[in-house]
Amino acid sequence: MSTASSGPTAADESAPVLAADGTPLKKSLRRALRAQKLRALGLIAPLLIFVLVAFIAPIGDMLFRSVENRIVSNTIPLTARVMDEWDGQSDEPPAPTFEALYYDLFLSAEARRHTRLGTRLNYEQTGLSSLFRSSGRGVDDIGETHVETIEDLDDRWEDGGFWHALMTGEGPRADDLLLDQRARLAALSSSSYNGDIGFEPGEQIADLLPTTAREYTAFALFTAIEEGDIVVEEEPWEAVYVALAQDLRSADLSGYQGPQADALRAAQEAVTALPPIDFRAGFAELDEGWISPDVWETINMYSPDYTTGYFLNAVDMQKTPDGAEFRPDNERLYGILFKRTMFMSLAITLSCVMLGYPVAWLLANLPMRSANLLMILVLLPFWTSLLVRTSAWKIMLQQQGVINDTLVWLGIVNDASRLVMINNQLGTIIAMTHILLPFMILPMYSVMSTIPQTYVRAAKSLGATNWTAFWRVYFPQSVPGIGAGSILVFILAIGYYITPEIVGGTTGTFISNRIAYHISSSLNWGLAAALGTILFAVVLILYWAYDRIVGIDNVKLG
Amino acid sequence: MANDLSSDAFVEFERVQKSYDGENLVVKDLNLTMPKGEFLTMLGPSGSGKTTCLMMLAGFETATHGEIKLDGISINNIPPHKRGIGMVFQNYALFPHMTIAENLSFPLEVRKIGKSDREAKVKRALDMVQMGEFGGRRPAQLSGGQQQRVALARALVFEPELVLMDEPLGALDKQLREHMQFEITNLAHDLGITTVYVTHDQTEALTMSDRVAVFNDGRIQQLAPPDALYEEPENSFVAQFIGENNTLLGTIKEISGETCLVQLDDGEVIDARPVNVSKVGERTLISIRPERVEIDTDRLGPNAHTIPAEVLEFIYMGDIFRTRLRVAGRDDFIIKTRNSQDQRKLKPGEQIRIGWMPRDCRALDA
Repeated sequence: MSTASSGPTAADESAPVLAADGTPLKKSLRRALRAQKLRALGLIAPLLIFVLVAFIAPIGDMLFRSVENRIVSNTIPLTARVMDEWDGQSDEPPAPTFEALYYDLFLSAEARRHTRLGTRLNYEQTGLSSLFRSSGRGVDDIGETHVETIEDLDDRWEDGGFWHALMTGEGPRADDLLLDQRARLAALSSSSYNGDIGFEPGEQIADLLPTTAREYTAFALFTAIEEGDIVVEEEPWEAVYVALAQDLRSADLSGYQGPQADALRAAQEAVTALPPIDFRAGFAELDEGWISPDVWETINMYSPDYTTGYFLNAVDMQKTPDGAEFRPDNERLYGILFKRTMFMSLAITLSCVMLGYPVAWLLANLPMRSANLLMILVLLPFWTSLLVRTSAWKIMLQQQGVINDTLVWLGIVNDASRLVMINNQLGTIIAMTHILLPFMILPMYSVMSTIPQTYVRAAKSLGATNWTAFWRVYFPQSVPGIGAGSILVFILAIGYYITPEIVGGTTGTFISNRIAYHISSSLNWGLAAALGTILFAVVLILYWAYDRIVGIDNVKLG
Repeated sequence: MANDLSSDAFVEFERVQKSYDGENLVVKDLNLTMPKGEFLTMLGPSGSGKTTCLMMLAGFETATHGEIKLDGISINNIPPHKRGIGMVFQNYALFPHMTIAENLSFPLEVRKIGKSDREAKVKRALDMVQMGEFGGRRPAQLSGGQQQRVALARALVFEPELVLMDEPLGALDKQLREHMQFEITNLAHDLGITTVYVTHDQTEALTMSDRVAVFNDGRIQQLAPPDALYEEPENSFVAQFIGENNTLLGTIKEISGETCLVQLDDGEVIDARPVNVSKVGERTLISIRPERVEIDTDRLGPNAHTIPAEVLEFIYMGDIFRTRLRVAGRDDFIIKTRNSQDQRKLKPGEQIRIGWMPRDCRALDA
């Protein structure tokens, strides 16, 4: 409103402008706009919440799987902890690793989770799946003699109540131990391990026989919560006997006055008479794989909670002790697929521009009535299901299909040498060009319809030929439409799945088909997420590059 | 006049007709001859065919029948870009993706003129319209008037002999428009170019042109210099279209050479000059310009015709007074009087006598 007065002086600017009631103008303006902003926010809130809950959060979670790798530390936590101390220089991890692996594998085999870990590690090294599966079956053979020795010593060792009394003991409870084991089982089985189990480990016995107390607690939790049995009535797993045998080797029972002290002393005597359990030999007997350096390298590399393994895999690389390196040529797959996806998307975009430009031009320049008719023809594909259109192309393009039949009938093509137009790149490019064409035509049309005819007329009146007038005057003004259409078509094409799946065969499939395969067939979600993340990044980079080169303000949708 | 000029005719329309749909003629039998260097305006209401004529001359429309000649050569089959006609469009049509200098350079580039020549010509053309400093700007950065100048410079930069202008000042405000009218006429005369100018603004047509062609219904109603057009309209359309005009309806009583007697519908009989009436008993429309009507009848000569009138409305317009009267049964009779020292200010309801000279009173077709 300061039309007549000159602009504010420097002194005016330093002091805040006040509203009529003396509050700073900025503050009262903010207050006045707040209700408006809140109302606007309220209007978009339903969509915002829906998108956040149903789209962004799940996608974020999915993409997070590309680096998430807690399966190793969840399934074999004791092993992973011991392996942390291994420098990776020797062929094998230190001996305690095998003992830890024994307890881990025993528990995970009981919970039937060891095969999942086998499957996961099998992505990195083939053979690990069967190694884990067979070892899970035979793990209770390890330390067999010690178990039998203890059981033969005293019948009471086979009684659940006897064990329960021993492990409960007297005095204070070892609450930390119970909590730890609850967490261990919860991580292993991805379910909650809360609730009363009818057993609480004693602190005294836990100090004296730490491994035994740990394993027995795990056994008690699993028995009570997973199987719904009563702990007192159940005889413990072999692993608990093995743990006892190991503990008794070093335990000092001289001062122990708790329950079953006599039985413990007798067992200690018998066990120390036997040679110590050789876990390494036990595993070697189960499967030669356990003493192979490769297997331990793989397990060691994937024991951290986060891994770059999926991403390396997605770009045809693998982890080795010497760092990341490319896979051998015959094992490379994704690089080729990414390049093919880019190349074919470009080819589709280009052919859409070529075919769409004249149509868009006609649409923009025909009289209203003919233009409307043409527009209906352009939009017609949208009224038909995508699957139907793609299947129609299958019928058109196949070797016994309409086009080949016509060509043969016309004598242009020999019956013996019918054209191969489907289940290859050509088929995918043809079908996808057709399907994506409207997405090219519509933005081009909306830009072209804003270019007045007078520009071309002016150019001609200035002496330009039809071609010069088009190329120097009309075309540059229609570039924003081409840009918008190209971005739209390219981004749609790069993530297309259904059409390449149906008409692409083996050579005409896209990276998205591979992602779908890993999501629904191989169940390697981590790799699928890594591939998806890379695809997403590629689109963002292209968008950025487009913005730098052409400028995103040059993209108009009308 | 047409006969004198046909020898050095520069632009010629011969029996040109144009139809878009095969049913209606937009341009009916157009004949027009223009000498070199003339500034001719095509004036008419929208839909009268004036723009179609211009487009046929530019080559963007083809004549359905007849011939258009430029400098004696038929151009019916020459495409627009080979006609070498400069054109200024209604909305300037400056190419938005090029700078001003590039816009001007464009017609020179397509004519394959060398770079240094091009730059010199562009500079000269921009200086000619006082836009020399704006060569590096884009059209969107200029005001309407500046864009208009650039469009003009672009139409002239390749030195065409004929320039067409299609309502070039339509988008400008009044003051700028008047200024540009003056500039365009000066430039056209200084450069000696032949100009065809299309407008629906009669003031523009009268002030700028050497001759004005008044279009209506696909025909040229009158082709004459501005003064003749205003003072001697040849039919009632021109009389009413150009300037303000008072009309009285009547019937021819008697015709004798330069004068005729007309009985007005209320019975009054007046003298008039017959223009396009031919026989007694014909209905006629009498046309009198408001400023040729006197309220002080003593100042008129002895031949003046006077008639009673009743003042209905008095409008003060600053430099002039505009008074609406009831005359011969019609209440839309307007007179204009100068706001001079001794001028009477009429009051509504006043009964007065007004008069005019018979030569200012033209009997036209009804």
